[in-house]
Amino acid sequence: MNQSIPRSVGRKWLGIVALLFAFLIGGSTAFAATPTPSPTGDVATTFILGGKITDCGVGIPGIKISVTGPGTTANLVTDKKGLWEVQTPTTTRYLKDKFTVTLDKTTLPKDRVLIGTSTRTVVFNMVNSASAAFKLVPIDCGSTSPNQPKAAENPIVVALFNGINFGLMLAMAAIGLSLIYGTTGLSNFAHGEMVTIGALSTWVFNRVLGLDLIPAALLAILIVTAFGYAQDAFIWRPLRKKRIGLTQMMIVSIGLSMVVRYALQMIFGGDTKVLTQGETWSILGISMPAVNVICSALSVVVLVAYSLFLTKTRIGKATRAVSDNPSLAASTGIDVERIIRIVWIIAAVLTGIAGVFIGLYEQAAWDTGFWNLLLIFAAVTLGGLGTSAGAAVGAMIIGLLVELSTLVIPPDLKVAAALVVMILVLLVKPEGVLGKKQRIG
Amino acid sequence: MDLILGNAISWLFQPITAAYALAAIGIALHFGFTGLLNFGQAVFMAVGAYGFSISVKFFGLGFWPAVGVAVIASIAMAFLLGIPTLRLRSDYLAIVTIAAAEVFRFIVSTTSAQPVTGGPQGLNQYSEGFYAMNPIPVGHYKFWVWDFKQDDLFAIAVSWLVVTFFAVLLAILIRSPWGRVIKGIREDEDAVRSLGKNVYSYKMQSLVVGGLMGTFAGILFVLPTSVQPGNYGTTLTFYIWTILLLGGASTVIGSIVGAMIFWSLLSLTGDLLSTGVDNGTITFLTQNQVGAIRFMLVGVALMLLVIFRPQGIFGNKKELYFNA
Repeated sequence: MNQSIPRSVGRKWLGIVALLFAFLIGGSTAFAATPTPSPTGDVATTFILGGKITDCGVGIPGIKISVTGPGTTANLVTDKKGLWEVQTPTTTRYLKDKFTVTLDKTTLPKDRVLIGTSTRTVVFNMVNSASAAFKLVPIDCGSTSPNQPKAAENPIVVALFNGINFGLMLAMAAIGLSLIYGTTGLSNFAHGEMVTIGALSTWVFNRVLGLDLIPAALLAILIVTAFGYAQDAFIWRPLRKKRIGLTQMMIVSIGLSMVVRYALQMIFGGDTKVLTQGETWSILGISMPAVNVICSALSVVVLVAYSLFLTKTRIGKATRAVSDNPSLAASTGIDVERIIRIVWIIAAVLTGIAGVFIGLYEQAAWDTGFWNLLLIFAAVTLGGLGTSAGAAVGAMIIGLLVELSTLVIPPDLKVAAALVVMILVLLVKPEGVLGKKQRIG
Repeated sequence: MDLILGNAISWLFQPITAAYALAAIGIALHFGFTGLLNFGQAVFMAVGAYGFSISVKFFGLGFWPAVGVAVIASIAMAFLLGIPTLRLRSDYLAIVTIAAAEVFRFIVSTTSAQPVTGGPQGLNQYSEGFYAMNPIPVGHYKFWVWDFKQDDLFAIAVSWLVVTFFAVLLAILIRSPWGRVIKGIREDEDAVRSLGKNVYSYKMQSLVVGGLMGTFAGILFVLPTSVQPGNYGTTLTFYIWTILLLGGASTVIGSIVGAMIFWSLLSLTGDLLSTGVDNGTITFLTQNQVGAIRFMLVGVALMLLVIFRPQGIFGNKKELYFNA
């Protein structure tokens, strides 16, 4: 059903091609609602008007689009794949009617400019799918397209930048998961939801309540910490007391993940919330959103602070002792339950920071964390289960793999590439890059 | 009200329910009897669905050769997953299977594979060969609030025949000497190894057989509908696990009854809530939120089951396997 604008329009116009598809779904196809006679005697069917806004094949999330037409007024935001659609319950007499699609210029990435008007008119036709294109500059596909490298911006360097950026965020979430795994043995499938809560809370404080980004981010981290602590206090601690097996706990966490994820969907809806704002900086000839550069720098600070905590403080040392052997740690006078409580708080803080940064990096939605969960797990497994340094190294490898793979394979396979490499590494080195041999059992 | 009830009851015997039951029987063998944490049953179902439909659509094979291709692909997939992981601790199999399932889903849904797999749109219209074998005369068959076409009845009958076949096969297998070995592996791998059994090989056999059940489930799943790549995400696997744990992981009948209860309840709660929203009884929800509530209920059910009745409805606590 998709069609694309011919690439031969000339490279000058290919910066961002915003494709609009208006496709019509008739009563007999699988997707359409059952035709029901309306009071006027017309047959009402569901028409879907939709499209995709892409930057050289990669969807751009968070672009605001409004659609007006007979019986329809809708304000939409493109999702993380750049897709948008609106259902227009209308009747057959509107078949030749025109719909006006308007793109909100201010929501475009800062370095892209729209050429011409921001409004397009689409005419429905019974058989055709109509399309209209928005042309934008600048000229080149830059980082995301392997086919059209730009002279000024080396795609390898751009992918490296993005990979480091993403890897650092992933590292904090992965250390959080790994800390909990190391001290309690729990593979927590609800970990992704902590990332989501971090991202969505930032959106609420920043965009809904109008706080500045920094206080909004701090409050979001506080909320994730509270969620992490409550999770341990009300679910995992009682289950540990009940001596529930680790596999059972893992399946409980799968259930918890579903409950929290769909609760978030109920509250926030299924659309993507736009968080990114502000200027871009030019570093080594590469333009990067300033907020991402700052996030990366902060991630490094957080990771260094965390490693100092782990190696220099009493509690940090006790944490490593519990992680190595809980019974032995208990026999040397360490209060294991207290350490586990502290570990949950630290893990939640780290994951909360990761959530805020990931929200700023790829926008926030009810399933942001769920999409990243497998990558977080992959990072922890790749680095070596249960070690913090391993989780950080694994996350950097995964982050770089995800972004660098787009140089050679289609971008919609980048996550798959990272997971395949993880499986291959486990083949030759099952204990992970930094793992200890005895852990693999 | 009759319609809602009829809908819920129809889920007791729909082909989809049969497919989920069969996939759950596969994990019952993996997890309930062998102790393998297969979190990627979705990949075996996807191999069945895509192996079958691509053979028909792309290579133009008939029904039976297409089933053969799916079976071979499924065995290959089991080896691919098992060789690196079965010697390692159980959580490695979990992470590798879940990752492999996602990788498979990404690959079949990429737009670059569109000519073969249909990309994000998936595939449809590959079932002519199947329905050509239908002996039921053409017509509408009406019972109570239901109205079946001959093809619907055929799909239902074949689905449950296949489920019954595999359920009986599993019941025979676990009572055989082979079954005693795999249950031994579940209880204590080292003890079985010390008796001179090749634990790795037995685990692999279990993975292959349970995976095949998943593959046949995948074929049953898509015969009456279409192949949609979005269906084969981790959620599918988690649904099947919920079904398995609902009925009882170490039972054969549990998976079947679990699937029936799961789908009927899901349909009933969904329909009741939707009707409530439609006629204004429920004011605090919108239609979109009804969908989310159903998923939340599945999550709550999964948590409560595992905590309070880990052996499931039919399970025997003594036979329960969890690596406590």
